[in-house]
Amino acid sequence: MTAPYASAFGNLDPHMSGRSQDGQVHMTLHRSLYIWDSAKGEPRLELATAAKSSAGGTVWTFTLRQDAFFHNGRKMVADDVVWSFNRLMSPNQGFVGARWVRLIKGAVDVEKGDAKEISGIKQIDDHTVEITFTQKVEPGFLFYNMTTSILPKEEVAKPTWATNPVGLGPFKFKEHIPGSRLVAERFDKFYKPGLPYLDRVEFPIMAEASARDIAFRNKEVDTSILGPVQYVAYGKDPELKKHILEVAEVFTRAMTMNHEVKPFDDVRVRQAINHAINTKLIVERLARNKAYVATSWLPISVPGYDKDMKPYSYDPALSKKLLAEAGLPNGFEFEWTTSQNESWGLPIVEAVIPMLAQVGIKVKTKVVEVAVLTDLALKGEFQAYIGSSQTGPDPLQTLRCFHSATPRTSCNVTGYKNAAYDKLLDEAGTTDDPARKLGLLKQANAHLYTAAPVWFFNYNKAVMAYQPWVHGLIGNPTELVHQYPEFIWVDASSPAK
Amino acid sequence: MFGFVLRRVLQMVPMLIAIALLIFVLFSLIPGSFATGQQDEGLGLDMAVVARMRAELGLDDPLYVRFGRYVQQLATLDLGISFRSKQPVIEMISARLWPSLSLTAAAMGFAISVGLPLGFVAALRPGSVADLSLMVIAVSGLSLPVFWLGILLMYLFALTLGWFPSFGYGDGGLWHLALPAMALGVSPMALLARTTRAAVLDIMNADFVRTARSKGMNEFRVVVWHVLRNALVLVLTTIGLQFGSLLGQGVVVEKLFAWPGVGSLLVDSVFQRDIPAVQGCILMITLFFLVINTSVDIAYKLIDPRIRYT
Repeated sequence: MTAPYASAFGNLDPHMSGRSQDGQVHMTLHRSLYIWDSAKGEPRLELATAAKSSAGGTVWTFTLRQDAFFHNGRKMVADDVVWSFNRLMSPNQGFVGARWVRLIKGAVDVEKGDAKEISGIKQIDDHTVEITFTQKVEPGFLFYNMTTSILPKEEVAKPTWATNPVGLGPFKFKEHIPGSRLVAERFDKFYKPGLPYLDRVEFPIMAEASARDIAFRNKEVDTSILGPVQYVAYGKDPELKKHILEVAEVFTRAMTMNHEVKPFDDVRVRQAINHAINTKLIVERLARNKAYVATSWLPISVPGYDKDMKPYSYDPALSKKLLAEAGLPNGFEFEWTTSQNESWGLPIVEAVIPMLAQVGIKVKTKVVEVAVLTDLALKGEFQAYIGSSQTGPDPLQTLRCFHSATPRTSCNVTGYKNAAYDKLLDEAGTTDDPARKLGLLKQANAHLYTAAPVWFFNYNKAVMAYQPWVHGLIGNPTELVHQYPEFIWVDASSPAK
Repeated sequence: MFGFVLRRVLQMVPMLIAIALLIFVLFSLIPGSFATGQQDEGLGLDMAVVARMRAELGLDDPLYVRFGRYVQQLATLDLGISFRSKQPVIEMISARLWPSLSLTAAAMGFAISVGLPLGFVAALRPGSVADLSLMVIAVSGLSLPVFWLGILLMYLFALTLGWFPSFGYGDGGLWHLALPAMALGVSPMALLARTTRAAVLDIMNADFVRTARSKGMNEFRVVVWHVLRNALVLVLTTIGLQFGSLLGQGVVVEKLFAWPGVGSLLVDSVFQRDIPAVQGCILMITLFFLVINTSVDIAYKLIDPRIRYT
């Protein structure tokens, strides 16, 4: 099977690359303690057969599976989990997966160089690991991430590790021609009997959407992620539209306002902006309906999303009234920082500018690269910027991005502070009642709707076209390209057969 | 001759040093960093990890310390370790060099084999329908954006005719090389056709050609012996300049056709702020350009021994 990859690989070491695209390859070669169950919308155990919690959900005991082998033939044991998590907290290297391990007791001490090993991880025996957390957690939401993959230390120690990854995944690494393709072959000792179905998976690196389109139509690739323009074209084609997979991904696109900059500290101004923009029109015309109009922060696939909530109405008159109440009857001017991204960048900003002008708000655009946008956001050096944020799958963690205790450098980029909101989240984090927790999270999401810390633009609809002979693809809302390659198969009509 | 070659080679050294310093300064000043670029969409960055990455990569060191380290590395021909892949940059570039060179050579081969005859034929019949038609082709070739041309070639030769694969490196053979080479070669082909036409036309009217004809030399000998040889000096300049710059111009074609060359490595490295890789790629492209130019200068002397350099 050939699945094009839209970017150059950041790094073949899953601990080092946090870019969502890279997860596509990591899921082929590696595995973590958990995996995301798209059907149920929750994490499920992958490298462990059982997980028992005690001490009020702060201590978890994992029974590891005994049939998992690394591609070098060695059996996975508890020490591999201990070693992998300790590696992530190494004080000398920055591993992006560290954020998921930091909640383990003693992890921060290792990170600071004050301890050599994380005190909260204990190997009970070869197949049992006990993990003590600093607070009550659901570890599945932490350890389903591929950046916490379990790795073989003897392979990581080799100088060839950067170019020859070895993991526990259903496919083993075959070759990587940087800038062109990565190839993986079926791993016969994969722990799920009879799987994977495919003999070989190839990821050609194809950055250009138009080139992917031609290759897909020419049957040279088996899947293709579609952009807005192709989404419309494929939808009109009677054959192509039969094989399209759509999923509401856990990404929210929004214009983030810096609440430390006037007049964005005034909720009426933020609401006025939401009312001034015809979001539905932009989603229809520019995003070509390859997105869902956002109502609040939590997207459709995440628990806590309220399907009955209506988005802000397009109402310039109400917008002007709110601005007048905020003492800005003639509007104001602000600088809007944006990247060139077609789905959440300059084209959207250019469409919004005349709408804001109608209510007297003038916009100066500042166009930067995505990497620079991140820098500016973290430093708070912006008045407003448009971007895309991962908003799931854990609603509690997602909503904490507006908690007063969350610093800007974590994810509270707006600088939002509200005691009532904090209380809702704190209660949701401590309650043992799932229904109550969900209710609190819904309330928090509704609170954000009213507080309008951002302009709620859209939730991403990811779309993948696949050839008629491809089967077993799953709509993974955490990232559509993160497929479960062991379940994919191709029938006899494939040209590759 | 040896002294000339040595002098030209030595002249490349200060040029390379100047370029290396310029790249260092530029990439020290532009905003954005590798550490913050590691999560493109997400829950915000883990600042503790960013801090460790910056420390590990030496990004927190003062500018003069980084500059000293860079110069020290260059002095030992060490291009450093890639922030992104953790591999030595020299290894990354080496892996990409052959695909880039093969693409550049194939594109230039296409340009020469098509552009030279076109220009020559057009010059022999100036003002004719053939001349006008060929020059329309040449101007079109110069005007077409490479990206658009590449898409057209894919559409025609891969999707419609099914002659070539639309993308990929395959085993590096001609089958996969054909379309990217054509896409990259059309612009220099057009330029060569125009240059050749102008050069040949100019020489056809020169006194020594008229003299040769008046002495009764047949037209074929006049053209091959006098016109072609003299026109080559000018054409060779164009070939050299184009050949040297194609390695850098290949960026778009490499990205479009998933061709694993130095150009695509450079683009990916710039976007991810992988500074050692960016510096290495630019130095390599500069070196290639300088080597080709020096080679052209040497070739001048071989074609026309009367040429003297001061």
